[in-house]
Amino acid sequence: MLAYIVRRVLYAIPILIGVNLITFALFFVVNTPDDMARMQLGARRVTPEAVEKWKEERGYNLPLLWNEKAEGAAKATQTIFFQKSIRLFVFDFGYSEDKRDIATEIRTRMRPSLALAIPVFLVGLAVCITFALLMAFFRATYLDVWGVVLCVAMMSISTLFYIIGGQFIASKLWHLVPISGYAGGFDAFRFLILPVLIGIVSGIGASSRWYRTLFLEEMNRDYVRTARAKGLAESVVMFRHVLRNALIPILTGVVVVIPLLFLGSLLSESFFGIPGLGSYTIDAISAQDFAVVRSMVFIGSVLYIVGLILTDISYTVVDPRIRLN
Amino acid sequence: MPVFSTGGFIWIALATDLLIWLLVAVVAGYALYCRRHPHLKVPWARVFRNPAGIASLVVLIAYLTVGLLDSVHFRLALAGKDGGATAYSTEVLSFLDLGLSGLRGRAEKTYSAPLATRSYAKEQMELPDGKQVRDFPRLRSGGAHLKDEGDWGADVAGRVAKGLGYSIAGFILVFLLFRYFRKKKPEIPWGAALWSVGAILLLAGPAFALSSGYHVLGTDKVGQDVFYSALKSIRTSLVIGTITTLVLLPVGVALGIMAGYFRGWVDDVIQYVYTTLNSIPGVLLIAASVLMLQVVIDRHPEWFSLAAQRSDFRLLVLCAILGLTSWTGLARLLRGETLKLSQLEYIQAAHAFGVRDTRVLSRHILPNVSHIVIIAVVMDFSGFVLAEAVLSYVGVGVDPSTNSFGVMINAARLEMSREPIVWWTLATAFTFMFALVLAANLFADAVRDGFDPRVRIGATV
Repeated sequence: MLAYIVRRVLYAIPILIGVNLITFALFFVVNTPDDMARMQLGARRVTPEAVEKWKEERGYNLPLLWNEKAEGAAKATQTIFFQKSIRLFVFDFGYSEDKRDIATEIRTRMRPSLALAIPVFLVGLAVCITFALLMAFFRATYLDVWGVVLCVAMMSISTLFYIIGGQFIASKLWHLVPISGYAGGFDAFRFLILPVLIGIVSGIGASSRWYRTLFLEEMNRDYVRTARAKGLAESVVMFRHVLRNALIPILTGVVVVIPLLFLGSLLSESFFGIPGLGSYTIDAISAQDFAVVRSMVFIGSVLYIVGLILTDISYTVVDPRIRLN
Repeated sequence: MPVFSTGGFIWIALATDLLIWLLVAVVAGYALYCRRHPHLKVPWARVFRNPAGIASLVVLIAYLTVGLLDSVHFRLALAGKDGGATAYSTEVLSFLDLGLSGLRGRAEKTYSAPLATRSYAKEQMELPDGKQVRDFPRLRSGGAHLKDEGDWGADVAGRVAKGLGYSIAGFILVFLLFRYFRKKKPEIPWGAALWSVGAILLLAGPAFALSSGYHVLGTDKVGQDVFYSALKSIRTSLVIGTITTLVLLPVGVALGIMAGYFRGWVDDVIQYVYTTLNSIPGVLLIAASVLMLQVVIDRHPEWFSLAAQRSDFRLLVLCAILGLTSWTGLARLLRGETLKLSQLEYIQAAHAFGVRDTRVLSRHILPNVSHIVIIAVVMDFSGFVLAEAVLSYVGVGVDPSTNSFGVMINAARLEMSREPIVWWTLATAFTFMFALVLAANLFADAVRDGFDPRVRIGATV
């Protein structure tokens, strides 16, 4: 087990290098730092001096991959690739366009993101499993048919609509909660309740339908027939047999997203003005702050890989038949 | 950019137009191929026997018709230029624009509510006797034919009745047509299709009848008719949903099959590539690519002679980026399936006979995974349509000058805080998008049920 995890972590390194190469190619090779400088400065203020100054302030005045002018090891280190890309590996993100330390920013913004994402994840999972279990229990009745119809309809509604509609009804019509904003401590509850609800509702459609399929598949198995043949009550069959076994694919399927909860949800955070990592990313994209976008790409891929490793481990935990080696 | 010259106008073939028509040709070819091959005809017949499938197909066809009409572009010659070279308008029009020329030309100054006769915003006006008053001005075209605004109710009712008349006439025509078809193909649920046609006609008839005199769904900030923008946005959605698949398919299918078939280092490399791509959060990868694309476009203004070509290029590249970031799911599915297939006896037999790898792949593997490909294509469509709206909100979607649901939502979202509330743009965009995505989802379900034997067994519990 330990050897397996070590191997997986080692395997993560080439993937992260690949991610780095992609972002490096996107941000520095397709467009040179000169282009970025021109875009950031705006058409009017572009002079060669201004571009040089912009590049120097941000350390973009170095060669891309190989510094001929430097001495010894500095030939490789005094380059944009080393300074901007390799340094991400030690979580040294540098500074954003408004000259703030990105690492500090990420640490402070992580908390509101988690405060929003964790309730959405946990309650959402519980709601979807309950709904799916209900549909599976009442399979082939009107409840099931209309449940599926409802799921498909809810899947077809854009997330934007849930957010805008929710904001409109809860905040503008009924004045129940503030329309957007955030506060620390227990005050945060007032601001978080609506985004959490919307996050849960917008996820119900797709997940419930998928879980229902899993439940139905499980109910076709032989052991379920055996359980019924023994004369067990249908509720016992559902909860003791079907639910437990169907939870295996459900839980192992959602493990991969757990680390990504740190990144928050892009849309809710920016609509509700929650100062988390999601809104940070959106702001960075619209301000074309490449340093931040690059850092978020890197963090995102690290978290994803952590999620993959956790998924593998969770398989062995819930299903003793699986051995990792 | 090919340009074909004729009399009073020149054809402009935008890149996405060409791809759309190529896609239409491919689908037509595939349909002919399916008719001749029973193993493909049977699952499709199952799809068409599904009432939900056929009803959603009717809706999709309606959307597709609008989209295709909007995919033939040309520039009209400017009047009053005789002798010498003819000058052409820089405005690129489509058949849809010609059909809706009544809607296109009648812009207001700013917002106006659906069917309104007066503007949303107050304005300083001069009365005939020279006095200045601040009031809601009459619209330039919305209800301009009314001498007395008191006639509004009667006029609207009259137009709705006329529209419904057209709807009923059209419905009877379709009904008779379907009755004829029903005799030929009784197994297809024509009733479900008829319901769908009826619903579309019921909405379309009055809408078009009213749109000749009013702005049925209001106007947006710059006074553009919202009904018109919504109809124009359909093409963008369809382009995003279909051309993206065109990009995704070759990559996903080729890499997925190769990884599963050759195994060894090929599998390792392909798995490495898709894990790497997958590990970058989708929105961020797309955002990064689009931001970079933006710089490229800004740097090369000489590539595009028309604004329409520039925004079309951006749409096309957005499709390519979406496609290149989302082939991984399909590739993984196909890899798994190919791993299973290549263990089967008939593949072993092919190897024993000395059949070459390329031939095994094309003759034995590809046809046997094609159902997965078809299911994936129809399932992905609705996802891309929804993604477009989100991406446009983030600011990395289509060009702001392109008509799209995302752009409409993004522009209207800020107006929610106004008093009285400007709800019509949002409501229109969401309704049009919802109908399209719902139809696509239902059709995708029908296709999956038709093609995937495992699901059908599961559903009969």
